[in-house]
Amino acid sequence: MTDLLDTDLDALVARIPDGAKLVVFKAEGGAVAMAATRALVRRGTRDLHVVTAPTSGLQADLLIGAGCVATIETSGVTLSEFGQAPRFGAAVKAGSIRIVDSTCPAVYAGLQAGQKGIPFVPLRGLIGSDIVAFRDDYRIIDNPYRQDDPIVAIPAIVPDYALFHVPLADRAGNVWLGRQTELKVLAQAARHSLVTAERLYDGNLLEDDRLAPATVSSLYVDAVAVAPHGAWPYGMTGEYAADEDHMAEYASLAATGEGFAAYLDRYVNGEAAAAAE
Amino acid sequence: MSDTGYHPEELLIAVIARMLEGCGHIAVGVSSPIPGSAALLRRQLDGGRTKVSIIGSELPEFRTDGGIDLFDCAGQGRIDAFFLSGGQIDGQANINLVGVGDYPRQKVRWSGSFGSAYLYFTVPRVILFREEHTPRVLVDKVDFISAPGVSPPNVHRPGGPVGLVTTRCLFSFDPAHGRFRLESVHPGHTVAEVKAETGFAFDCPESVPDTPAPDARILQLVRETVAPQIADAYPKFARRLWNVASAA
Repeated sequence: MTDLLDTDLDALVARIPDGAKLVVFKAEGGAVAMAATRALVRRGTRDLHVVTAPTSGLQADLLIGAGCVATIETSGVTLSEFGQAPRFGAAVKAGSIRIVDSTCPAVYAGLQAGQKGIPFVPLRGLIGSDIVAFRDDYRIIDNPYRQDDPIVAIPAIVPDYALFHVPLADRAGNVWLGRQTELKVLAQAARHSLVTAERLYDGNLLEDDRLAPATVSSLYVDAVAVAPHGAWPYGMTGEYAADEDHMAEYASLAATGEGFAAYLDRYVNGEAAAAAE
Repeated sequence: MSDTGYHPEELLIAVIARMLEGCGHIAVGVSSPIPGSAALLRRQLDGGRTKVSIIGSELPEFRTDGGIDLFDCAGQGRIDAFFLSGGQIDGQANINLVGVGDYPRQKVRWSGSFGSAYLYFTVPRVILFREEHTPRVLVDKVDFISAPGVSPPNVHRPGGPVGLVTTRCLFSFDPAHGRFRLESVHPGHTVAEVKAETGFAFDCPESVPDTPAPDARILQLVRETVAPQIADAYPKFARRLWNVASAA
């Protein structure tokens, strides 16, 4: 049996080359691989095409602010109750990243097309939106089964890598998603999945009838790193709450370039220094 | 609380709850504590029969099975009402959640369109809600159409906007003419003020009634039953208004 457990986060994120198309999961629910994201920033990965499934918050803002991102394809980047995502907003204003605007069900639909290995899926809505007007890859086609019924074709999204955080992983490389079963779409659409897990499961997840339905098989998983508190400062359903003080501190620091640099020193680069001691 | 005996938010909750009459399933998106409270009030008024789904709630009766489930549900017509907002909203009910200025390098960038470009088409009763009622929000033309208010007749569109609620008034929306109509002005506000603070043209009858204030029964339901339920998804909101903690 192949051992898919990488020794650490640095080895995990080292698998993501510059310029990769990387899909990450929305902030709600605690599947955001924040510890791995900080490792990605420390590594200095560049020119990522980040797809948010379907939205993002601190994770995308941090990657953008640190200069890791060339393109962001998203339905929304926000710090929610902590306000607008400041580094995302500044980068769009400065023209330093390419923004590809989408809408949530179109991101899901594109990933589902990727999951099925088909070129596109049709989706209702969108016609008359400037989202369609500014995207030459969203096409309005005729419903082949009915006269005069325009519908939007959403092309498949096939990310090079999916990166997300789960409650449990076993030594065989199977990962248990908990309540976040939508992660299956990301894992199966992407060519490679890199996963961080809150803890190691002693045994095989697929042998437990209660855990198996929300388990992604190792067929789809390239590597796993165990990362306790791996979603921090986001919370994780059933595990720990979000660190609201930290989120507020980020929102306040990241409002300026200097403040953001101080944040990186303290919490991203400083984290590695503290671990090395 | 103001000297009216109720919070301004409680008036808005009551207004929106009236607009939800007859709905079987109401869904509530992100950043929507007032619409969420209104949906829960509607459910109480209907004896608990109305199904309410609240994104972000951990309470079993209100939680959803994630985004894919929500959008599939809407696509099949299983959601009767939803709420949308906008950094800009124009007189044809186009909404803009993307930013101000020439796209893509805008001078102000907001979060993005979320599910609006889909749910505005698929949910029959979309209620637009924005607390700020100023000419910078209610504009003649939005800078970016996240989702259009009206569509050509050949575009499949069972859904769309039915009205707009702000802290000053209630507008209804007529999709046939693509125009808002002033229905009522909230207590303490005037038609002249609404006209001055609205950046788009709208239909205005000669006599515009006051929005009815919430009565004692409504206020009791909101404070005793709705407050602890909405506190689960919106703890800060419930604490600020009612000093109530989550029922979870």
